[in-house]
Amino acid sequence: MPADTVLWPLLLMLVGALVTYFWRALGVALSGRLDVNSDWFEWTACVAYALLAGLIARMILIPIGPLAETAVTDRVAGAVLAFALFFLFRRNMVVGVASGALVLVLLTLNRPFF
Amino acid sequence: MPADPDPAADPAARTPSRSYGSPSQAARAAVADAFGVPAFVLGATYLGFGALVREADLNVWLGLFSTATGWALPGQIALVELYSVGAGVLAIAIAVGLTNARLLPMAVTLVPILRSEGTPRWRYYLFAHFIAVTGWAAALRVCPHIPRPERLPYFAAFAATLWATTLCATAAGFFLAGIVPAYVTLGLIFLNPIYFMLVFAADVRKPPRVAALVLGALLGPLIHLASPDWSLMLTGLIGGSLAFLGWKLWGGRHAR
Repeated sequence: MPADTVLWPLLLMLVGALVTYFWRALGVALSGRLDVNSDWFEWTACVAYALLAGLIARMILIPIGPLAETAVTDRVAGAVLAFALFFLFRRNMVVGVASGALVLVLLTLNRPFF
Repeated sequence: MPADPDPAADPAARTPSRSYGSPSQAARAAVADAFGVPAFVLGATYLGFGALVREADLNVWLGLFSTATGWALPGQIALVELYSVGAGVLAIAIAVGLTNARLLPMAVTLVPILRSEGTPRWRYYLFAHFIAVTGWAAALRVCPHIPRPERLPYFAAFAATLWATTLCATAAGFFLAGIVPAYVTLGLIFLNPIYFMLVFAADVRKPPRVAALVLGALLGPLIHLASPDWSLMLTGLIGGSLAFLGWKLWGGRHAR
């Protein structure tokens, strides 16, 4: 764990905010003068998708913090059920997300060691 | 609003088919629209972000600062997760930059729709901060159908409502995680990966992006084991580029 839990993360968030606003402002500056269907944008979308899919898979399979105390089978079961119910209920986000979280909580409560 | 089958086709070219009456009434309607399912779903996921912030040993002000200034949840989560594994500022800046590069094409498509005569240019730069997927999608759906002077007020009010909601939800999630039993906190934190998993699962239509998701999901955990702090950047660049190149090569051979 990093030693400083105020100034260091504040600096990181400031940098994160600047990087994020940079894209938004550049988008305004270039608006109407760029083809958003170009290969360049498709590549950046692919990079962002792969990065986020990697982050999500990592958070489910190898989480850090309190989720690490739950069983990997319970987390995968929650994710799979959320996925199934989401599409079963015509892409209902509330049903999908709630069922995934609920399954993890119930399975974890059922574990003798928790 | 009438359902629009393809809001991104050429919305700016369409003529307005309805009006809220005035810019301020458009803003009021936007607040009402935002306070439905969009604020509920986004609020729930930001509860999860608030819980994540607490579990990363950060204080509530840092969580609020992140939501107020970053305001695009995937980048915020990537930042907190990378901070937790002790990543450096460069690794975090690149990962957040790659995660949020999608905001550029979103701004490029949205601003021409919002443009109205007599609106000073700085206002677009101010409200550019509010560009994130939920408000962007709502503006693309509604704004092409209303008169131009009402469009920026609609988007700004819609997005500002969500922004205020997510700030409250961040604080609420942070404090909830401190008072509810540990197993409920687990559920709150688990909301984040599940939400984004479903958002992406529902959104994939283009073949290269499906490949990018699959490659990213396989590479992410593996690369994390080798290098936690650079794993997100490497996963994105390797998985995304492979998916893109594969699509170009495969598509090229079959299309011509």
